[in-house]
Amino acid sequence: MQAEEAPLSAKDEAIVEVHGVHYRIGGRAIFSGLDLTIRRGRVTAIMGPSGTGKSTLLRLITGQSTQQQGVIKVWGEDVAAMSHATLFAMRRRIGMLFQSGALLTDLNVYENVAFPLREHTDLPESLVRQLVLTKLQAVGLRGAIDLMPAELSGGMTRRVALARAIVMDPELLIYDEPFAALDPISMGVILRLIQEMNDALGLTSIVVSHDVRELATIAHDSYLLSEGKVVAAGTPLELEQSQDQMVRQFMDGLADGPVPFHYPAPDYVTQLLADSGQ
Amino acid sequence: MNGLLGLIDRPVHAVRRIGATVLFLFKIVAQVPAALRKPGYIVEQIYNAGGRSLIIIMLSGLFVGMVLGLQGFDLLQRFGSEDALGVAAALGLLKELGPVVTALLFAGRAGTALTSEIGLMRATDQLTAMQMMAVDPVRRVVAPRFLGGLIAVPLLTAIFNVVGVFGAQLIGVSVMGVDSGSFWSQMQSAVQTDDVMEGIIKSIVFGAACSLVAVYEGYHAAPTAAGVGLATTSTVVTSSVLILFLDYILTAAFL
Repeated sequence: MQAEEAPLSAKDEAIVEVHGVHYRIGGRAIFSGLDLTIRRGRVTAIMGPSGTGKSTLLRLITGQSTQQQGVIKVWGEDVAAMSHATLFAMRRRIGMLFQSGALLTDLNVYENVAFPLREHTDLPESLVRQLVLTKLQAVGLRGAIDLMPAELSGGMTRRVALARAIVMDPELLIYDEPFAALDPISMGVILRLIQEMNDALGLTSIVVSHDVRELATIAHDSYLLSEGKVVAAGTPLELEQSQDQMVRQFMDGLADGPVPFHYPAPDYVTQLLADSGQ
Repeated sequence: MNGLLGLIDRPVHAVRRIGATVLFLFKIVAQVPAALRKPGYIVEQIYNAGGRSLIIIMLSGLFVGMVLGLQGFDLLQRFGSEDALGVAAALGLLKELGPVVTALLFAGRAGTALTSEIGLMRATDQLTAMQMMAVDPVRRVVAPRFLGGLIAVPLLTAIFNVVGVFGAQLIGVSVMGVDSGSFWSQMQSAVQTDDVMEGIIKSIVFGAACSLVAVYEGYHAAPTAAGVGLATTSTVVTSSVLILFLDYILTAAFL
């Protein structure tokens, strides 16, 4: 199944532009010349093996970390050059769904979803309640308003976090590993929600994940990252048909290939003999 | 060579940490006006840090007062001046034992709770989520907890002192037979406003120090189970040493 093409009129407007980004942590290169573009109204999948820096890319886009080289622009503004106030103003236009949900554990479901409204607006309680109930209805958890985060399952936690992420009506919604450790039913629910949110609310979505098959059903664009670069880009169908070795290993889930099964280590026999003192 | 580097490394690390803590204090102070606009969060923290420490503070105050009653009576009796027990107990509690013991107990009971709470919020991405919602965690999480502790410690100290004096009276007057009139009247005439002020100032400084150490350690804890554990231990150790150090400085300044 292939996601339908987004309307062409607005498709070329870039919301996020990443140009020549180099980023190192403690001497280890995470990105070495990363380029990609996220376009308005589309669901963009960012895929790649674990440890390729997919979540790090989200940290750079949202200004939680800064790259050493290159430029990241969000709505045309350089994230690294933003003041604290501009950065926070940008973040108010972004909703983010964390892998863990990151709900505030001392607040119940209702208060968690109401949290951004209480912090950023002076709306009367009746309106806050209406907004919260609307968003919880959208994720199917209107009946769970009194539960505490500890009482929720993994899938429910992520749905509440999604309701919280959209309560301020963001223009860009970022999902960090939304399907990780979910059962097939919860995964289906989240997939449907991502698609519905994008279409019904006119959002732009970035989904970071390595669940290739699931993403292919909802993504308009996809990027495959490996070793600090984009190794393949295009529609999920184009990636599916690619003959590139790296792309094939990832799409087919092969244990060995360009990404080796073994972590770099000295020669096996030499090490065994050395350990036994021969 | 490595040993020598290690020798230099430790004090450098300590000085860096002091610097980072002071900078963190400036960050908190800058967010205090914004935090004061939502006083509900501060009241909640006064309850969390102070209200929940009430029992342990009162119990400790009672026992410390009772020990003062016993030891004070024994000491003063040797000079035939056991009537001065009220003065000795009151001054001991107001100027030293009240602020110091309360602050030490606060660090152990509420300080560790603050550190582990903030540390776990960091470990479970709650602080990052707040930043992503354009909410400054220093304003929303740290400043109300710091102010809560700052307000709670002087109040707890006052309660500790009251219960402590009662404990001293219980032992001195009811058990050892010191004259009740002398106990209270000597206390009333000898204790000066300056003595009370010394205790109040000390308790405010200790409250600020304990709360600052607790929120700093929590906010900067490594986002792992071991990291939060280490930060909690560090809160108790650092707060305790800091309280005793500041107590010496303040006592010297007041005399």
